[in-house]
Amino acid sequence: MMYNEKVMDHFTNPRNVGDIEDADGVGEVGNPTCGDMMTIYIKVKDDILTNIKFKTFGCGAAIATSSMVTEMGIGKTLEEALKITRDDVADELGGLPPIKLHCSNLAADALHKAIEDHMRKKQ
Amino acid sequence: MKPIYMDHGSTTAVDPDVVRAMTPYFTEIFGNASSLHSYGEQATVGLNASRQIVASAIGAHPDEIIFTSGGTESDNLAIKGIAYRNQDRGRHIITSNIEHPAVLNTCAYLEKHGFEVTYVPVNDRGLLDVESVKEAVRDDTILITVMHANNEIGTIQPIEEICILARDKGIYVHTDAVQSIGKVPIDVNRIGVDLLSISSHKIYGPKGVGALYIRKGTNIEAISHGGSHERGIRAGTENISGIVGFARAMELAQARFDGDCEHLRSLRDRMIGNILKSIDHSYLNGDLEQRLVNNVNIRFSYVEGEAMLLLLNNKGIAVSTGSACSSKSLKPSHVLEALGLAPEEMHGSLRITLGRENTEAEADRVVEALIEIIGKLRAMSPLA
Ligand SMILES: Cc1ncc(COP(=O)(O)O)c(C=O)c1O
Repeated sequence: MMYNEKVMDHFTNPRNVGDIEDADGVGEVGNPTCGDMMTIYIKVKDDILTNIKFKTFGCGAAIATSSMVTEMGIGKTLEEALKITRDDVADELGGLPPIKLHCSNLAADALHKAIEDHMRKKQ
Repeated sequence: MKPIYMDHGSTTAVDPDVVRAMTPYFTEIFGNASSLHSYGEQATVGLNASRQIVASAIGAHPDEIIFTSGGTESDNLAIKGIAYRNQDRGRHIITSNIEHPAVLNTCAYLEKHGFEVTYVPVNDRGLLDVESVKEAVRDDTILITVMHANNEIGTIQPIEEICILARDKGIYVHTDAVQSIGKVPIDVNRIGVDLLSISSHKIYGPKGVGALYIRKGTNIEAISHGGSHERGIRAGTENISGIVGFARAMELAQARFDGDCEHLRSLRDRMIGNILKSIDHSYLNGDLEQRLVNNVNIRFSYVEGEAMLLLLNNKGIAVSTGSACSSKSLKPSHVLEALGLAPEEMHGSLRITLGRENTEAEADRVVEALIEIIGKLRAMSPLA
């Protein structure tokens, strides 16, 4: 098996799947052509991420990193969440096969984009 | 629950009968067929009998069979051997754009060494048009190499017609029959090919052994050099136990041919029918008629292949996919690409290749699992 237990757990029992209808921010990355596409929805209260949901089209690693980043983000301030790096997501999952590292990039990018979307809307 | 193996296009388990045939050749009849003493003689008896069996299974003469280490080596020997030996007549080779890497990469290698290769494209059902092969022929064409049946989508090419057009022009024809042997009737004289590759491990034989049929009178050069084994065309002490196992597997494939084909076709059609009926936005890749009896290749919109494969694996079901995410190169399958599919369609393709031991109950269990898994993944997909 190419994935560790934690990755498999997040892939087979992903946390926070779905969308948020009245989301405060939405971040979309990737495209179906390259085989990975993620949308992240966030709810924000007093600059804190109170809820995060995701929808992902992609491989096991893409789904697991999406799930992981939602868990990592919930409860954090926007500022803290913006500091979550691609490597943090992979590390939190206990590592990914090298060829799959780009998936963790996508997950962190999608969360950052959702936060940026929220900040833009607020202005 | 009992695991279900439906990846016979990748490889098969060795038949117990084959193991029994091989066993004495490891410890008792271990001689080198080149030796003059009785150990060597016994090995030679096994080797000759195996050559006879493999030859007669495809309608060939024993002298026309060269044992190799498998499909890859057979393809290399056929293509490079013909190219090197016949380059004074021309340096042009014709093939298709859906060949196995053993053929495609051998052709690409020859391109770097002064040969020209035309890759004739298949149509959107994965079939070659004989007319377009004909149009690709030039005065300096020396070889046409087109696979008999494709390993991913199972399409069967009109190799007989290609042989007819080549014969008038004195062009050699090679076909990779690794996937078709045991599933499509093969008689080298009825087909009319000059060279034909087969491999043992796709037909319940051991890995690392195969054969190249070379029609008598064919000008071919050795590509590896050493002793005078295999008429000097393929040096190296023969893998007798493997060859004996391969021959036994060929014998079994021949004896069980009608039953196998009927069984596989009925399972295949049941699965294709049930999947297309019960899962929306699912489509068959490759032609339905000109298709291997054991190949089911279906694309599911909005989901990705590796994810499907892993979830199936969790349920003890083994299949394969042409998705980019599952390949080491992160490139989608060149075969699905050749069908003109959009990238997102290629990502959601699954290949199920059935085998002798699969049952109707297993086929139904796999369809049930697919319904559940695709439902789950689509609920997660931003595209659905
Ligand atoms: C069409 C085709 N050609 C060649 C090969 C290579 O055969 P082998 O694994 O015996 O080298 C395979 C199997 O992977 C195949 O499916």
